[in-house]
Amino acid sequence: MTDWETVIGLEVHTELATVTKLFCGCRNAFGDEPNVNICPVCLGLPGALPVLNEQAVELAMRIGAALHCEIRPSEFARKNYFYPDQAKDYQISQYDLPLNADGWLELPDGFRVGVTRAHMEEDTGKLTHIGASGRINAALHALVDYNRSSVPLVEIVSEPDMRSSAQARAYVSELRGMLIATGASDGRMEEGSMRVDANVSVRPVGTTEFGTRCEIKNLNSLRSLQRAIDYEVGRQIALLESGGVVDQETRHWNEAAGRTETMRSKEEANDYRYFPEPDLVRLAPDEAWQARVRAALGPMPAGRRAALAAALGGAPSAAEVDQVNAVVDLGLDGLVAAASEAGVPTALALARAANEVAAQADAGLRLDAGSFASLLALEAGGQLSATQSKTVLSAILERGGGDPAALAKEMGFEALASDTLATAVDGVIAANAEEWTRFVEGDEGEQKKLMGFFTGKVMQATSGKANGKDVAAELRRRRG
Amino acid sequence: MSGPDEKTRTAAPSALSRDDVVHVARLARLNLTDEEVELFTAQLRTVLDHAADVASLDLTHLAPSSHPIPLDNVLRPDEPRPSLDREEVLAVAPDVEDHRFRVPRIGAEAP
Amino acid sequence: MTTALATAADVRSGARTARDVAEEALATVAAENERFNAFLYVLDEDARAQADAVDAAVAEGRDPGPLAGVPVALKDNLCTRGHETTCGSRILEGWRPPYDATVVERLRRAGAVALGKTNMDEFAMGSSTENSAFGPTRNPRSTGKVPGGSSGGSAAAVAAGFAPLALGSDTGGSIRQPAALCGVVGMKPTYGRVSRYGLVAFASSLDQIGPFATTVKDAALLFDVIAGHDPLDSTSLPSTPEPTLPSIDEGVEGLRVGLCRDLVEGCAADVVARVHEAADALAKAGAKVEEVSVPEFSYGLSAYYLIAPAEASSNLARYDGVRYGLRVQGDDVEAMNTATRTAGFGAEVKRRIMLGTYALSAGYYDAYYAQAQRVRTLVMAAFDRAYESYDVLLGATAPTTAFDLGAKVDDPMAMYMNDVCTIPSNLSGHPAISVPFGTGADGLPVGVQVLAPALGEAMLFRVARVVEAHAP
Ligand SMILES: [Mg+2]
Ligand SMILES: [Zn+2]
Repeated sequence: MTDWETVIGLEVHTELATVTKLFCGCRNAFGDEPNVNICPVCLGLPGALPVLNEQAVELAMRIGAALHCEIRPSEFARKNYFYPDQAKDYQISQYDLPLNADGWLELPDGFRVGVTRAHMEEDTGKLTHIGASGRINAALHALVDYNRSSVPLVEIVSEPDMRSSAQARAYVSELRGMLIATGASDGRMEEGSMRVDANVSVRPVGTTEFGTRCEIKNLNSLRSLQRAIDYEVGRQIALLESGGVVDQETRHWNEAAGRTETMRSKEEANDYRYFPEPDLVRLAPDEAWQARVRAALGPMPAGRRAALAAALGGAPSAAEVDQVNAVVDLGLDGLVAAASEAGVPTALALARAANEVAAQADAGLRLDAGSFASLLALEAGGQLSATQSKTVLSAILERGGGDPAALAKEMGFEALASDTLATAVDGVIAANAEEWTRFVEGDEGEQKKLMGFFTGKVMQATSGKANGKDVAAELRRRRG
Repeated sequence: MSGPDEKTRTAAPSALSRDDVVHVARLARLNLTDEEVELFTAQLRTVLDHAADVASLDLTHLAPSSHPIPLDNVLRPDEPRPSLDREEVLAVAPDVEDHRFRVPRIGAEAP
Repeated sequence: MTTALATAADVRSGARTARDVAEEALATVAAENERFNAFLYVLDEDARAQADAVDAAVAEGRDPGPLAGVPVALKDNLCTRGHETTCGSRILEGWRPPYDATVVERLRRAGAVALGKTNMDEFAMGSSTENSAFGPTRNPRSTGKVPGGSSGGSAAAVAAGFAPLALGSDTGGSIRQPAALCGVVGMKPTYGRVSRYGLVAFASSLDQIGPFATTVKDAALLFDVIAGHDPLDSTSLPSTPEPTLPSIDEGVEGLRVGLCRDLVEGCAADVVARVHEAADALAKAGAKVEEVSVPEFSYGLSAYYLIAPAEASSNLARYDGVRYGLRVQGDDVEAMNTATRTAGFGAEVKRRIMLGTYALSAGYYDAYYAQAQRVRTLVMAAFDRAYESYDVLLGATAPTTAFDLGAKVDDPMAMYMNDVCTIPSNLSGHPAISVPFGTGADGLPVGVQVLAPALGEAMLFRVARVVEAHAP
């Protein structure tokens, strides 16, 4: 009974966040009315010619730099095949001379996935299949919207280095964080600005030869990526163990049915007849440009995670590691850093960012680091209880700002003067003399129980304004 | 999978066959009658035979030129230019449905 | 007929109105176009409107431009907004582009009056204009003969006196060869000197727009108007060209002229004789003329007939019945594409698409396409060597004078041979010009070709001017 090893390579297409398209001045916009962003170039009209968008090259170079790629003199080529979403019936892409090659991406667990190439190409138009279920096979006819035609893409091709669907998922989410960090893309998978194809094969553990791979298309969420790979691995293993063979083919992920299906694509369509695009010239960014791009590159998620972990001091707990990953994924690590620089314990800032702020991530990205820091300073200094601090925090997030101290006051959370606390404690002891005696003389368990009882009473007496820690301290002092 | 590893693109030119013509016609989305297949096979052979002088030269020391006058890094600023008027474009389209180009059902997924 | 320079001068001085010039031209076309089928479409209304705009400028003392009121014929592969642009093909029949080609805009700004769209071999594939879906053009010098091609309609329009100027496109000789066969001047500029934006592509790395005229000076005048950088064409040369007209009469004293054996041998005896007479004329005018051999030119034809079809097979894929032009129904999209292309393209276009698809297809790319591109490198190097010793090269434009209609339609290879002398300049992207120089034994025009290195247009026109001045 063989054990099987999964081998995964990923091709990620990402749309670049430019103002205009790759080869023309039409807007690169999502969700506009159909066919409003079209011109002779992106509509493939006779006589029209492409001219390369400088910002698209800049963003493609940022991706290459962030992936530790070599940025090389490159050439555009025509990939020839007929399809109605393709205005010229060829795609302008990069073939044997890609802009970025030979890089790698490090996953949170330190595993490095090789990146073969990250090349520039143009997107196609959008097809809508009409009739029946809107699925291609049953459709009666189709409609084409060329707004997306010639939108700039970078295709990032990984080495077949990944060994599990979880690792593939980690790669894509790490890549997504990197793309957002570089400003190259908004990383919105649900809007199709990031699309993943997975090359999956299996082989007996211990063997080095690759099995026959299948390419799975239409993976537009991390969840479907992982599900599709798990399904496909199971399918291939079952096939092989029952004495069958895997055919090299392209398969389509059917989200609803939860399975991969053979795609009915034309065999001759795979003779793409690539040749150098005569309407475009060589693209060879000079050293100066490359240096500018590398210099302008901000810290990547891996570095930001490391920085946060370091700020925590000592080895982070498993829970803290999760919090660090979450915070960096959401781009909230800036808040934490600002707070801990302001003297707030990093663990506290991290916890609040990973929970309360993360719960309203979009508002969190707009949250002013200064007020976040000063709020947590109040909590750390005991002027606000944890509960009160959280309440104020959510209020700030909902209102989209505000001064923490003022808000706390407005909510009646101003800190309790110590003599008020003393009076309250006197009152509670007087009212519960018998329990107090047991608290003072009782064994450890008894004391633990009653500590909770008295704290509760004092809280009642101060209608929640007292700080839990201070109450406990006062009670211990009285007990002597 | 895109990229050069896709296929090897070298082979000694062999005489163009009838099947080559049929295959190429399908790639080019052309329907040929049997007579046309015969005629084109003969005519394309003549041209390829004439090209044999070139095919047989040893030019491995030369780089192919895809442009007569090579230029580098021709770029445009990322600034919008007005797009075409949608109605003017759709007015000359063979078939239109709610502001989009209408086509018959698509038999196969994109490659 | 009156030259463009003379007409522009009259219109600018007010001696004649542009409207009057336009009406006369339109009347001539209306009366005689049927005999030659030079124009596919005539732009009456726009021509009158443009002429009136020029007259208004003159009246208001504004500069009407160097081509003020000059009628120009446009090859039908140049996009004209709102006017049919069909490339002589059924597949584009009735198509009206929503934009103007850059050269068309430049002509309008220069005050020229676009008269109409001229007939051509379908998608510029041919050397006789018999491959037009809308009937052949006849040679005005002898209506039983072809005008050459693919820009036969533009050459005929100038030869017939319909317009003093015309634009054509030259991919393998498609301006120079018809100019030679119709007895007019035809010039192909340096690749990238004239914008291709709005020129419907045949072979993108070879196509170049150029002028037809009755005189070398008129050709230079039109070239100076259309030349220049265009940000809409990535292959457009960045430098700003010097006008060529001012220096056109400076002669050839001391110039080194290489009479290129490889551009005359194989040509008809009468054609060879005219080329040698032109060489003698240049020598008399003070040029240093020597015979030179550039054997690499002999590979040009084969390389061209692999590169051009390969690029064409890709450029013509877009005619699929989806967005514009002809659609023939089919029950799925592939059937529709195939029915449309099968009905819309003529035999020569299909032939070249097939040839190019084959040359690019898996297994044959390196043997055919890549190899042809290496030959291109070889030819460019050979030119560079020749231009170390010579300022210009001299040769024939076409191997023979105009041949009979129908004589070569069934023999593609024989037809392709017409381009053997013109192709090298397309492979290298260098400028070249055909100048009428006497006639052949049959009394039909012979063209002599002058070739210059990249950006050598000014020198090219100077030499051509001397050849023209000594033409029998
Ligand atoms: Mg791709
Ligand atoms: Zn556009």
